[in-house]
Amino acid sequence: MSAQHFENPEITFQPDHSGGTGKIWKIFWVLSVLTIIELALGYFLYAKHGELSYATVLSTKCVIGILTIAKAYYIVSVFMHLGDEVRNFIMTIVVPLILFVWFIIAFLSDGTSWKNLRNTRGGSRPAETEQVEKAAAEHSAH
Amino acid sequence: MSATIPAGTKWWSGGKSPFNVSYGKVMMWYFLMSDAFTFGAFLISYGTIRFSVNHWADPNHVFNSFPFAGHANLPLAFVSLMTFILIFSSVTMVLAVHEGHHMNRKGVEKYMILTIIGGLGFLSCQAWEWTHLLTGEHVAMLNDGTLSVLPTTVKMNPWGEALSSSEIMTALQKTSHEQLVAIANTLHHGAEGAHHAVETLTNQELINQIASNTEFHATHTGPIAFGGYFFGITGFHGFHVFSGVIINIVMYIKTKLGHFDQRGHYEMIEKAGLYWHFVDLVWVFVFLCFYLV
Repeated sequence: MSAQHFENPEITFQPDHSGGTGKIWKIFWVLSVLTIIELALGYFLYAKHGELSYATVLSTKCVIGILTIAKAYYIVSVFMHLGDEVRNFIMTIVVPLILFVWFIIAFLSDGTSWKNLRNTRGGSRPAETEQVEKAAAEHSAH
Repeated sequence: MSATIPAGTKWWSGGKSPFNVSYGKVMMWYFLMSDAFTFGAFLISYGTIRFSVNHWADPNHVFNSFPFAGHANLPLAFVSLMTFILIFSSVTMVLAVHEGHHMNRKGVEKYMILTIIGGLGFLSCQAWEWTHLLTGEHVAMLNDGTLSVLPTTVKMNPWGEALSSSEIMTALQKTSHEQLVAIANTLHHGAEGAHHAVETLTNQELINQIASNTEFHATHTGPIAFGGYFFGITGFHGFHVFSGVIINIVMYIKTKLGHFDQRGHYEMIEKAGLYWHFVDLVWVFVFLCFYLV
């Protein structure tokens, strides 16, 4: 059980691994509890299906989404030890992921827009024959 | 567990890596980041299509079964089991990494075995779930107005809006004898004697039998993209789990052979661990997008 020693020129400051497994088990319980809350909210949506207002459903789903991001944070920060790395390195991973914020907003609103266009027939031009007929009708009206 | 780094360290002054991490680990992180974008693109594409239609399959109806529970309605139950299997195997993986830091070969071996078992357990669950969907029998109305018994595949699924009883009656009148027999059989849940009994009935007798059954319900066919996205994304994730299990098995064998003791460090276990945790991380989002909301 001697501590590991590696002669790696890339690592200037050796990480300290003397800690126990307490933190790992603590995060396990955090993840489990978050998952159980998510499941309870999911079951709430199922059990009350059709009785809830649109705003309630949407906000419950948002809460589930936020809990998911919290789980992701704990997995990446503690289980993957990213939280223990130097700040420079953390930033090279986390900053590009900010693109997802734009990505999600842009695409989901695009999806909603498609739905609205489809439901209202907005954005679709009348077929060519209809245009001709319409023009002919307008012409004869004069 | 972080290193004690003197304040005011000049990372960019040369002579040392500004990241204080080995090359292999940096590259594993960048690979995982690119993989996160791949999964993200898949999930966002799924979300876009889901937002663009008026009706989407309700996960509580699609995923409501549990092995050996017959036709009991158990939404969220099986996927909770899968989620907890994956969380637990993530914990055993991080414990393996922890034992590796202390150069404890026996400990690494023990936790790698547990992680591999967790991975195989998850894959078995997924195999059961896919089989259940692909061989499922649900009655849906096709475009020609007839009813048919459909499974969930990448080309079709029965997860559309429910039909009213008058729509069902109209559709039953148009449905062929063959399909009426198939529908009647789904109501008997495969009792052997009943199978032959229904084949001899006339169409009208079959329709009466089906329509009078209180358990009978039928739907429109579901959004066609549902199957493609579900099998595509869970399949891509399942393939990651599968390759993760293979990597973990290789790591277990290398530990057993004492390669890491000779090398003087267990960094390979850390890199395999990064991959394994990433697989768990992706599942957190797949779980959210397909099963919870």
